[in-house]
Amino acid sequence: MSEIAEKVKAIIIDKLGVEESEVTPEASFTNDLGADSLDTVELIMEFEKEFNVSIPDDQAENIATVGQAVSYLEEHAK
Amino acid sequence: MELKRVVVTGLGALTPLGNTVAEYWNGLSNGVSGAAPITRFDASKFKTQFACEVKGYDPEKYFDRKEARKMDLFSQFAMVVAEEAVQDANLVEGNFDPDRVGVIWGSGIGGLRTFQEECVNFANGDGTPRFNPFFIPKMIADISAGHISIKYGFRGPNFVTVSACASATNAIIDSFNYIRLGMADVVVTGGSEAAVTEAGIGGFNALKALSERNDSPETASRPFDQDRDGFVLGEGAGALILEEYEHAKARGAKIYAEIIGGGMSADAYHITAPHPEGLGALNVMKNVLRDANIKPEEVDYINVHGTSTPLGDVSEVKAIQTVFGDHAYKLNISSTKSMTGHLLGAAGAIEAIAAILAIQNNLVPPTINHFTDDESFDSGLNFTFNKAQEREVKVALSNTFGFGGHNTSVLFRQFID
Repeated sequence: MSEIAEKVKAIIIDKLGVEESEVTPEASFTNDLGADSLDTVELIMEFEKEFNVSIPDDQAENIATVGQAVSYLEEHAK
Repeated sequence: MELKRVVVTGLGALTPLGNTVAEYWNGLSNGVSGAAPITRFDASKFKTQFACEVKGYDPEKYFDRKEARKMDLFSQFAMVVAEEAVQDANLVEGNFDPDRVGVIWGSGIGGLRTFQEECVNFANGDGTPRFNPFFIPKMIADISAGHISIKYGFRGPNFVTVSACASATNAIIDSFNYIRLGMADVVVTGGSEAAVTEAGIGGFNALKALSERNDSPETASRPFDQDRDGFVLGEGAGALILEEYEHAKARGAKIYAEIIGGGMSADAYHITAPHPEGLGALNVMKNVLRDANIKPEEVDYINVHGTSTPLGDVSEVKAIQTVFGDHAYKLNISSTKSMTGHLLGAAGAIEAIAAILAIQNNLVPPTINHFTDDESFDSGLNFTFNKAQEREVKVALSNTFGFGGHNTSVLFRQFID
């Protein structure tokens, strides 16, 4: 697993209070990991802070699963 | 229309003296001080370096981590005491109509720490706004009532009253009114506050409102003592279940006491100083007696606002003597803030509980830390100094007054069918 994927996983476990085993690439924040809309906003903000990126709202809407977050950040992280 | 009777069927407390109602009463009746050096932040540069904090509070005992992170401490406190009170009242699914159960809470300030932290984060950044999405819903004072209703599914009237240190008493009075008007069967009421933060201590210090007796925190809150020098900031929460009497009877609820009156008034004088003659305090006690339709002579105990400030204590006592006349000498008066410190918007909740437990136990909790008489006070008055006093308490009154000149009083009576 990439360093980015490891960090993403750690943030999700911390913010959503879920078990590590639940954080699979296919897991959806809202459908599988119990996030509501505010949790999702908070996750995006944490990703921005951790990886020093700015994720525009229209792109944030497309980040709904763990795998999508990792792919986006692997592409955009500085 | 005929007003309905309203009784108290459950209690919950999280206080500087103890984290349950039983522990709280134990501290009150034994004259324990809840004051100690501040642990919530480094107060070494502050004029006041002590407070009455809740002790041994572990959020993980009550919440999962994710849940706790989304609540400011004042909301966590609200949830903890609401749970104790709901359990105590034995409100279980099937014995109430959730659409007829309200939550009317009080908080003077709300999520002060959350507000402080978010502003500090922003100020330390480069101007890019990175406010947490939970910032507003953690900070706003009314969220406490929202959280309680969500947890239990109580769908009746739901809001929070804000009147500084009178907040919880306003919440209790509103709850009493809605129930006696037939608009709810049960209301979870009370208040919570968690303002022991840099902004809280610093702000009250700037007002010169706090005691600065750093060499002796436990004796700093000394209402009616000649050397009182301000209040001691407290934190915590209290919850009361108010219930329409027939409803309580039908489900076999235990009844602590009856709430028989609520009074409100304004000083219309100054934003922080009390009216020097206690005009607002005088009116509020007249109002509550009138509302309850009882004579001053029927009151046995007054749990006063009595914050240990030089001016406030004097004007409140003047008002008591005007309203109660000769009977003032037969009353027990005490300020439990001598032990708990001043819980601001939650004060009215924990002091209402103190008044109710005084009725239950026929014991008046003391005004501790009395060392030197102050000539401003009539020596014939019984301030219950230093040690609890046994006496029959049939009727107890609780006063709370808030910055802005808000005055509130409630009356509780021993329950007789």
